[in-house]
Amino acid sequence: MKGMTVIVKTVGSWVKVLIFLFGIYIVLFGHLTPGGGFAGGVILAGSYVLLLLAFGREFTEKNLSLGTASKLDCGGALLFAAVALAGFLYGSASFFYNFIQQQYLAGHQTAFKLVSAGIIPLENIAIGLKVSASLFMIVLLLSVFRPELSGKEKE
Amino acid sequence: MPYALCFLLFTIGLLCAVVKKNMVKIIIGIMIMEYAVNLFLIMLGYRLGGAAPIVSPTDVNPEGAIVPQFLASSVDPLPQALVLTSIVIGLGTLALMVSICIRTYERYGTFDITQIRRLQG
Amino acid sequence: MTVPLPVFVAVPLVTAFLLPLCGDKFKRLATLLANAAVLSLLVLAITTIGRTDSYQVGRWSIPLGINMVLDGLSSLLLLTISVVSAAAMLYSVRYMEQYTAKSKYLSLFMLMLAGMNGVVLSGDIFNLFVFLEIASIASYALVGFGCEHEQLEASFKYAVLGSIASLFILFGIGLVYGNTGTLNMAYISQAIQARGLNHGLTFALAMFITGFGLKAALVPFHAWLPDAHPAAPAPVSAMLSGVLIKALGLYAMARLLFNVFGVSDTVGWVMITLAVLSMALGAFLGIAQWDFKRLLAYSSISQIGYVALGIGMGCVLIAEGNLKWASVALLGGLLHLVNHAVYKALLFLTSGSVEMATGTRRMDQMGGLAARLPFTRVTCTIASASIAGIPPFSGFWSKLILVIAAIGAGFYWIAGIIVLVSLCTLIMYLKVQRYVFLGELPDNLRQCRENKGTMLLAMAALALLCITMGVLVLVPALKSSVLDPAVQVLIDRFEYSARLLAGAN
Repeated sequence: MKGMTVIVKTVGSWVKVLIFLFGIYIVLFGHLTPGGGFAGGVILAGSYVLLLLAFGREFTEKNLSLGTASKLDCGGALLFAAVALAGFLYGSASFFYNFIQQQYLAGHQTAFKLVSAGIIPLENIAIGLKVSASLFMIVLLLSVFRPELSGKEKE
Repeated sequence: MPYALCFLLFTIGLLCAVVKKNMVKIIIGIMIMEYAVNLFLIMLGYRLGGAAPIVSPTDVNPEGAIVPQFLASSVDPLPQALVLTSIVIGLGTLALMVSICIRTYERYGTFDITQIRRLQG
Repeated sequence: MTVPLPVFVAVPLVTAFLLPLCGDKFKRLATLLANAAVLSLLVLAITTIGRTDSYQVGRWSIPLGINMVLDGLSSLLLLTISVVSAAAMLYSVRYMEQYTAKSKYLSLFMLMLAGMNGVVLSGDIFNLFVFLEIASIASYALVGFGCEHEQLEASFKYAVLGSIASLFILFGIGLVYGNTGTLNMAYISQAIQARGLNHGLTFALAMFITGFGLKAALVPFHAWLPDAHPAAPAPVSAMLSGVLIKALGLYAMARLLFNVFGVSDTVGWVMITLAVLSMALGAFLGIAQWDFKRLLAYSSISQIGYVALGIGMGCVLIAEGNLKWASVALLGGLLHLVNHAVYKALLFLTSGSVEMATGTRRMDQMGGLAARLPFTRVTCTIASASIAGIPPFSGFWSKLILVIAAIGAGFYWIAGIIVLVSLCTLIMYLKVQRYVFLGELPDNLRQCRENKGTMLLAMAALALLCITMGVLVLVPALKSSVLDPAVQVLIDRFEYSARLLAGAN
């Protein structure tokens, strides 16, 4: 799959970085403003889709290969499971127990700050990682089209 | 009354998914049904003249409890969480159906479901 | 040792995401990990017998939080799911060597298993929907696994109809939330007991019966099943036909009808009508099939009709106040659910073995395989005798209990239909035996060999269960510990919500 013209490539390489940063902002502030893991993950994947459209398939595969994306995907899901399990092992609490209590940051008023709400930001990061890797893999795999198969099967 | 319109949109999507012969149009019909259900869920929680259910520092009084005006004027956030989950599920189903569609086009050269059944033999 | 309930969902999910990390170099490690996970789930499911529990995830108490509930019905289904999935996973160690992307197959299988366990254990109606979707999407992908013509068409048809079913269910959940204000099944039940069913809730009940009936392949919603189950690889067909249509369709319907909405006469007769149609249509259409797995798929539709008949009769009898015969009908229905899971899974596994040996599924191109595939022949005969209802195999007992319940309740015409459909089922499986195993061996099949290894182990285990599962009813200790609690949960309809709400306060 070929890329586009020089203008698109240049502007795309600048804008992609801004989109990525915006995606990270949406993921990290998920417990304070609307957004969170899924919406931020979609925006992060969107920056890679811009790369795919502007530069072509081969360049994008060299940038972030399918194997690495698959490992990031599994890593995100396992991080989510690890945080849930950590809540379980902490004392005799249950799964997804919000074990990062406010008293660890005693002396500060912690509501509405970035570091607050316990395990929720960690779970948001894990989900953002997983969703962005999955959507990137889906778009990359759907962009492969092999019309030669239909020629053989028609007979 | 708005709920009846949601159901009408749902029926239009159902009709499209059942009657059309092109695979892509069937997928679009299913997506219309999904939008109708998401719209219905969000409308369930809506309160006329309500505000978005985002707690900001002005909505919390000094003991840490939430101010009653906020509770009286915000919309219900639970259907919004349901819709978020439902959109993700719809994305997964859409990705799967589109990839099946592309593979079918690679093998048969057509999107028409009546042709595909004939070729199967 | 009491196992916390989320383990049943967490273990398959974590395994599903660990498996792709193994990659292409460690295929044996991936297979070993998957088998170890499934066998450990089987052991854990056995420890849940006789235990009733409610687990609040994150220590958020209901109705703010989501809880997972284990009672008699859930533990019966967990046991069934674990047994069938253990057998299918053992079988697929050797069978899936024919396909290239084995680690993806194992991942998808684990996701489907996690989804089914989640549906059975969930105490919150939206959580049930989410796990139902996880299992459904994994199964759409598994049906189209080989990416041949037939599999792509079958997978697309299944995905379209399955998505429509899920959207009906979601619409129903929205209506229930709008009318009761809560999503927890115990609280919904309490609200319905207090206020009764209004128009919105009746419409929601109709949507649920349509949606879950589509998932369970009751007639007239059965159109996807004869295409999807033959096209899938054999262990996936065993899982789909054996447990997926039951856990997603019939369990959810039973839970909502008995414990949440409360039974009524109309709903019971609707269920009986759908069940009788399924039984008859499945049996008659199945006799005419020449494709081995397609015949088994039509037979699945027919046998699901038996289970739905048990549930429907229980519904009508409870609404009339006849609790004694209602519990007999429900016992027959649930026992048939467990029996059918085991012997239909065994039949699909034997059909996979035949397909792997001969390369075809058409029965008119086979014949005389009894000499070449002796082990497969024995297990297939055991399973066919079981499904046709020949004593002392397991299928006979559940059909007998259903006939006794029908006669005892006064529905003589239903008893007649049950016996007639059993005769048709016998004819179907005599056809299978005659054309596949007896008769002349065609020339091109003289060289086919039996497959060895774990496939035989899985088939042998299920065959042993087929022979001995009659003891579940005959031995009183087993019956009272495994089957009776399940029936009791459905009979004491609002006891479910009373127990949970008393525990929460």
